[in-house]
Amino acid sequence: MTGRAVLRGAKRVALYTAAAVFTVFAVFPFYWMFLTAFKQNRDLYVGATNLQHVPWIFNDPPTLDHVRLLFFGTPYLVWVKNTALVGLAVVAITLGVAVPAGYSLARLAGRWGERLGIGIFLTYLVPPTLLFIPFARVISLLGLQNKLGALVLVYPTFTIPFCTWLMMGFFRSVPRDLEEQAMIDGYSRLAVIGKVVLPLAVPGMLTVVIFAFTLVLQEFVYALTFISQVERMTLSLGVPVALVRGDVFYWGSLMAACLITSVPIAVVYSSFIDRFIAGLTAGAIKG
Amino acid sequence: MSTLTRPPITEEPTALGYVETRGLCKHFGDVRAVDGVDLCVMEGEFVVLLGPSGCGKTTLMRMIAGLERPTAGEIYIAGERVDDDVPPRARGIAMVFQSYALYPHKTAFQNIAFPLEAAQVERSTLRRKVEWAAALFGLERLLDRHPRQLSGGERQRVALARAVVRDPRVFLLDEPLSNLDAKLRAVARFELKQLQRQLGTTTIYVTHDQVEAMGLGDRIAVMDKGKIRQIGTPRDVYDNPADTFVATFLGSPPMNLVEYDERTLVGFRPEHFLPREAFGGEADLVTYRLRVREVEYLGSDRLAYGYLEEERRSDQPVIAAVPITVTLPIAEGEAYEFAVRRRDLRFFDARTGLRKPAPS
Repeated sequence: MTGRAVLRGAKRVALYTAAAVFTVFAVFPFYWMFLTAFKQNRDLYVGATNLQHVPWIFNDPPTLDHVRLLFFGTPYLVWVKNTALVGLAVVAITLGVAVPAGYSLARLAGRWGERLGIGIFLTYLVPPTLLFIPFARVISLLGLQNKLGALVLVYPTFTIPFCTWLMMGFFRSVPRDLEEQAMIDGYSRLAVIGKVVLPLAVPGMLTVVIFAFTLVLQEFVYALTFISQVERMTLSLGVPVALVRGDVFYWGSLMAACLITSVPIAVVYSSFIDRFIAGLTAGAIKG
Repeated sequence: MSTLTRPPITEEPTALGYVETRGLCKHFGDVRAVDGVDLCVMEGEFVVLLGPSGCGKTTLMRMIAGLERPTAGEIYIAGERVDDDVPPRARGIAMVFQSYALYPHKTAFQNIAFPLEAAQVERSTLRRKVEWAAALFGLERLLDRHPRQLSGGERQRVALARAVVRDPRVFLLDEPLSNLDAKLRAVARFELKQLQRQLGTTTIYVTHDQVEAMGLGDRIAVMDKGKIRQIGTPRDVYDNPADTFVATFLGSPPMNLVEYDERTLVGFRPEHFLPREAFGGEADLVTYRLRVREVEYLGSDRLAYGYLEEERRSDQPVIAAVPITVTLPIAEGEAYEFAVRRRDLRFFDARTGLRKPAPS
């Protein structure tokens, strides 16, 4: 074997090793959730006292007890419905505001557009642990305590800045020539946005939908502050509230909830990933 | 008394132009991109705006298109005043951008049909018109493709087809050939000229390429620093440049400029500056002694770079373009008698650079 072939082989091995390491890193949490969700309690907790116990495998046959507790012992499906409702409303509000705002900042505000965009993005960095105090006052003034409406009102305060900034970048990648061409071809600016800009910004809008929905899905602080009744909670709040009872953690059911919630999201993400990457790298001016 | 008179070399059209600008200005902060341009394009005419990059030619075109709002001045298209608030879509123009600006999410057919959809052309008429425009550019078999599946030349044709499809009053073309390779460019230039003759549509064409400008334009407007320095037929602009900028911008290699006396520069084209022997017994020649420093062999010509031996100062080397039919030996380091016909000399004011009559 020549030196070059050895080098190429070594590079290939290094590449696959790196890929394998990252794969394990990414898959391990899912595997652990899966194990925990279907293990019998004896198998789950015996490791604390028996050091010979192997935690990576099913030592006893798997069980559906934890899943059963989740579905029938807690209002899990109600939380799913609440989360979906809040998520859809927040996504709609976010799109409705972030798309026009992002376009305006990218095109119409001149050199102030960028500074303004960064300014808006900075508000995203103010932590909810700080903001929930004034928000609590606003929510109680509006009489929205313990209602999903409170979350629909508050969540856009962090999804809109981030998504506006995201859309601004996407609109920047649409060549200005295309818009000017369309205006010469006989369209008003509004029609140009509808017929040329938005179709080219679809990957950006998909990204916004997924980001906004994910942010809603994982939000905890505001939900904890504004919602007190279990039937009105979203997943991120309801699951820990109902399945952590004092010192008792229902690990099996907790992990089952995480698994069932995160797998569909992961599938959606991976099926759109090509569009994201296409959206981020396309925009070559000559089409 | 020395009078600086600018010779009447601009043909001023008497009637109102089809596209006309009056005192048109565009300032970006302190930069005067376009600085008082009066341009008058007649109906059916092909006018080329020629100048170095940053001379304001594209800004001028964008103001005519309505993409840029003038700082001052007026624009008329077909007798109708369009500066101020007439948006691009209402000006009856079609434009081809340097980038072609094809809609990447639409097929070639949809790209060409897009202006017709804006005009709400009926379905069957639309199809007929798109097919007519596609046939004009030999695109019939490419109509289902997206821009990314087309070559550079094909994209350029789609862009042109989209421009002609709805019978615009004026074509505005912004360096449409500059993204093509050299071989394709000559063919595309020829086809463009043919097409414009055939359609008879008033055309304004922006380029920095003097060969394109000379080959395409009925008239050329040479621009520099936001102003039109000269406008005229290609022959006019080449043979009778209005100032030293036009003289040296047009022509490759450019016109030689040599000090004549304290107040005057004399200019002559390299191709008019030949060895004395090449003129035979011709009279009325002006002879100079050229010390040759460098000879380039270019196939059809030899370029001799050197300096005049008399007391005449020139910053640039003087260039002689000797056609290959003149077989006299020219060696580097030697001095030769070179001559130019007196009628091929052009005189310029040394201070202002403007053309002036021959000193007596």
